[in-house]
Formats: sequence, C-alpha cells, structure tokens
Amino acid sequence: MKLVTAVIQPHRLDDVKSALEGVGIRGLTLTEASGFGRQKGHTEVYRGAEYTVDMLPKIRVEIVIGDDDVPAVTSAIVQAAQTGKIGDGKVWVTPIDQLIRVRTGESGPAAI
Amino acid sequence: MLEFDTGGTAWVLASATLVLLMTIPALAFFYGGMVRGKSVLNMMMMSFGAAAVVGVIWVLWGYSEAFGSDIGGVIGNPFEWFGLMTMSVDDVSGSIPTLVFVGFQATFALITVALITGAIADRTRFAPWLIFAGLWATIVYAPLCHMVWGGGLLGGDGPIASALAAPMDFAGGTVVHINAGVAGLVLALIIGKRVGFAHEPMRPHNLPFVMLGAGLLWVGWFGFNSGSAVAADGLAGLAWVNTFVATAAASGTWMITEKIRDGKATSLGAASGIVAGLVAVTPAAGFVSPVGAIFIGGIAGVACALAVALKYKLGYDDSLDVVGVHLTGGLVGTVLVGLWSTSTGLFYGGGIDQLIAQVLAAVIAIAYSGILSAVIGFAIKVTIGWRVDQSDEISGIDLAVHGETAYETVGTGRVAER
Repeated sequence: MKLVTAVIQPHRLDDVKSALEGVGIRGLTLTEASGFGRQKGHTEVYRGAEYTVDMLPKIRVEIVIGDDDVPAVTSAIVQAAQTGKIGDGKVWVTPIDQLIRVRTGESGPAAI
Repeated sequence: MLEFDTGGTAWVLASATLVLLMTIPALAFFYGGMVRGKSVLNMMMMSFGAAAVVGVIWVLWGYSEAFGSDIGGVIGNPFEWFGLMTMSVDDVSGSIPTLVFVGFQATFALITVALITGAIADRTRFAPWLIFAGLWATIVYAPLCHMVWGGGLLGGDGPIASALAAPMDFAGGTVVHINAGVAGLVLALIIGKRVGFAHEPMRPHNLPFVMLGAGLLWVGWFGFNSGSAVAADGLAGLAWVNTFVATAAASGTWMITEKIRDGKATSLGAASGIVAGLVAVTPAAGFVSPVGAIFIGGIAGVACALAVALKYKLGYDDSLDVVGVHLTGGLVGTVLVGLWSTSTGLFYGGGIDQLIAQVLAAVIAIAYSGILSAVIGFAIKVTIGWRVDQSDEISGIDLAVHGETAYETVGTGRVAER
C-alpha cells in the first residue's frame, strides 16, 4: 500500500483528476496548499506597499493505492500536471503501514 | 403656532437615518474587511462602541456644546440644552424642528469619532478607546462643530469672515474629515505601530466586506451631504448630484492611478476611491457646480491614492489610511472650494480671498484637533495605557479583548455542566 502525494498547479487539477479516473482511481483527497520551491516568489505592489509573494497557491492531491498501481498513477499525474514551466510541483510516494476503512472496519489492501 | 417645513423635516429625518447607516454598519464593514481576520470583531466593535458612548454624550451635553449660546467663539454653553431637558417639540431650528436637527447632528458626531478607529486597528484596548471617544467628542468634536456651524470663530460671523470671506464647509470637510484625519494621525503616532508593520503582509482579510461598506457609505452619504441643505429643495438636489458625480470620478481616478503605478486596478482601490470622493465633495457639495464636483472628486482620487503610500515612507502605522483618505481628501475638498465655489471661488472671478479663508480654516482645524487629540491621547497613554499585550496582538485581539472570534468554528469550548 502506498500514499501518493502530488503538489500541483491549481489550474492543472481538472486534467489530473481526469487522468486519475482514466487509470481507475476511485478516491482522492484534495487540499488547498501554499508554498514555494525553485519557482520562488515575485514582488508586487499592493496599496503602496511592496510585497514579496513567496508562498504561491498550490493544490495537494493525496491518493492511497496498491503497490502495483504506482507506475501508472504517478505517470498519469506527471503527464497531466506538466506544463514545462517552473512551478509545476512534485509527486512523491510513501509506504503505508496500516489502512482501515472506517465504514466496515476492513483493513489492509482490502480497504483501498 | 410655529410653522415647520414638513417636506424639509421629512428629508432631514431620513437623512439622519442615512447618516447613522454610515457608521452602523457601513464604516464597521469597510474597516472590518480591511483588517486581518483575527481582529475584525474588534475593528467593528470600535465603531459600535463609539456609537454607544457618543450617542449618549451628544444628547446630554454634546449638542449644547456645539449649538448652545456662543462662549468666546470656541464653544456653546454646555448647560443651555443639557439633556435636551428644556427643549420642546415645538422648538424650531431654521425651518425644521430643533429635535430633528439634534438627531441629524448626532449622527455626524458618531461617524466622525468612528472614522478615527481606522488608524489604530489591531492593537488598541477597548476601554481606552471608549474613554478617548467620550473625551474627544466632548473636547474636540463638539467645539470644532460649534466653531464652524454653531456661530463660532470659523463661521459666517467670525474673524476670518470679516477679514476675508466666510470659510465654506457645507457638510464637514473641516469638522468631520480633517478633524478625524488629524486625530487618527496623532493616535497612530502615540499608540505606535502594529507588531510587524511594514515587514509582514497585512492585507485585507475580506474585500467583499470592504466593498459592501464602501457602497453603503456612498448611499448613506447622500444623507450627510444632501441632508446638510437642511431643507428639501434645489440646494439639496445640487448636493445630491455633486456627491454622486464627485464620488464616481474619484473611484475612477483612484483605479487609473493604481493601474498606471502598480499594474492593476484593485477592489480595495475602487472602494477607497469612493470614500476619497465622498470626503472631498463633503465641504463642497452645495457650493460648486457638478463639473466642479467632477474635478474635485477626480483630483481627490489621485491625491489619496498617492497619499496612502506615505505611511511606509514616513513610518507611522495609520493602519487603514484615515490620514491618507480623510485628512488628504478633507484638505483637497476644503481648499478646492476656494477655486470652484460658484459664488466666491477663484475660477469664478471671486478673487483669492475665499481660497485663503479655506486654507486658514483648514490650518486652524488641524491645529485645534492635533493639539487636543495629542493631549487626550498622551493622558491615556501615561495613565491606563493604550495597547494590548504583544502576545495578544499576535494571536488576535478579538479573542483577547472580546472573548470571541469571527470565523473559527472549532475549539470554542463546551457548555459547562450544571
């Protein structure tokens, strides 16, 4: 069992979601996030004050999948989220020790 | 039997109600949206609290101080109409019942005091603010109101009037806006900057609130300016049209200024431009032509849009731009009446006397308000103190001072067992 976390550009969300549905993913969790990477920020003037906007809005997508699905899911996300410009985000995969479905109490891969 | 002008009476009653709308809730929303989410309730409460304090004071002695028999050109006799106890429903002021005039003027006192709160956002304890509001209404607002409108030394019978020309202030350029703007500057200096001022972003937390407040201010301001005709007549109509068009012009020029300088026209700029235009046309509303009002509003929109950046250069934390909008706009409007007044202005062949009279009235208002606001502000600073603890300021003044938060829905505790 793996947790796939993707931080992506907000405007790529719809395409990422469709791509995930295309590889058979039936559930995901979204969070509005903000942060910076190599993209860093930019300066802007607002009401006479100059601001460095270093935390830019991003979307964090989290999906729990089986080990075998990792290559298909990660490549679907990367393809759909990629614009080639700096700031496209990252995808990472972490192992899951335990997984329980709250409704039924099922655990392990059956709970995916 | 005394004769009232019933149409005029109805309009001034309606106007008084519109002007109350400007404080409760328009200004509270305008300011409340501009602060950070952790201090929106305190910001709104400072307007509501000012209404509670000043409303009572106005009826007890404020009106009498402003419109009682003149003492030395500076103040009216505060005991003459104390508590309005000797005032009858048949008393007449001009062509309307005096009680209607008392109510109309009460709402001006409320908004003027409440305007100051924008300069001291996020960091001021509630009790010192309420004490200041009461003292300031008594010592600064009511006397200045008397000087300009109650037969005092800045009015039609004062020394400036006999030497040059009577200073013109239709609805409160000096009494309301220069007055509140100067007091805001003085308090911002005395109370000091917010933690993190000019280092961390303090952008408005709810711009729809700001726009709601600005829109309601525009609506309410028709009572302020058009009601100041104290009659339902052509002068009221002129003031209405001027208030309408100067405001439109100012909102437009503020947005253009932002677009050229910063690249984007912002909603905060459109809303602030509305207020800048309303402020600037206030002293001029009944004295200038509609085209004159467009010039005054348009100039004010640019001037105020530029003035709001000064606090970062000069280092005072006028948090929500009371100085940048009300002092600047009040000065622009008050001085420009000397150019565009259709009866005595420089552009209408009236010579330079009116312009000098306007500048003098503005300077006297600045000096009077500045000195006495500083005295009250320092007295509070050295006795009970102004500021909340720094930790409370950082974690949020709403919870620290009022025990409430505007938005959080978790962690609000549970009902105690009985």
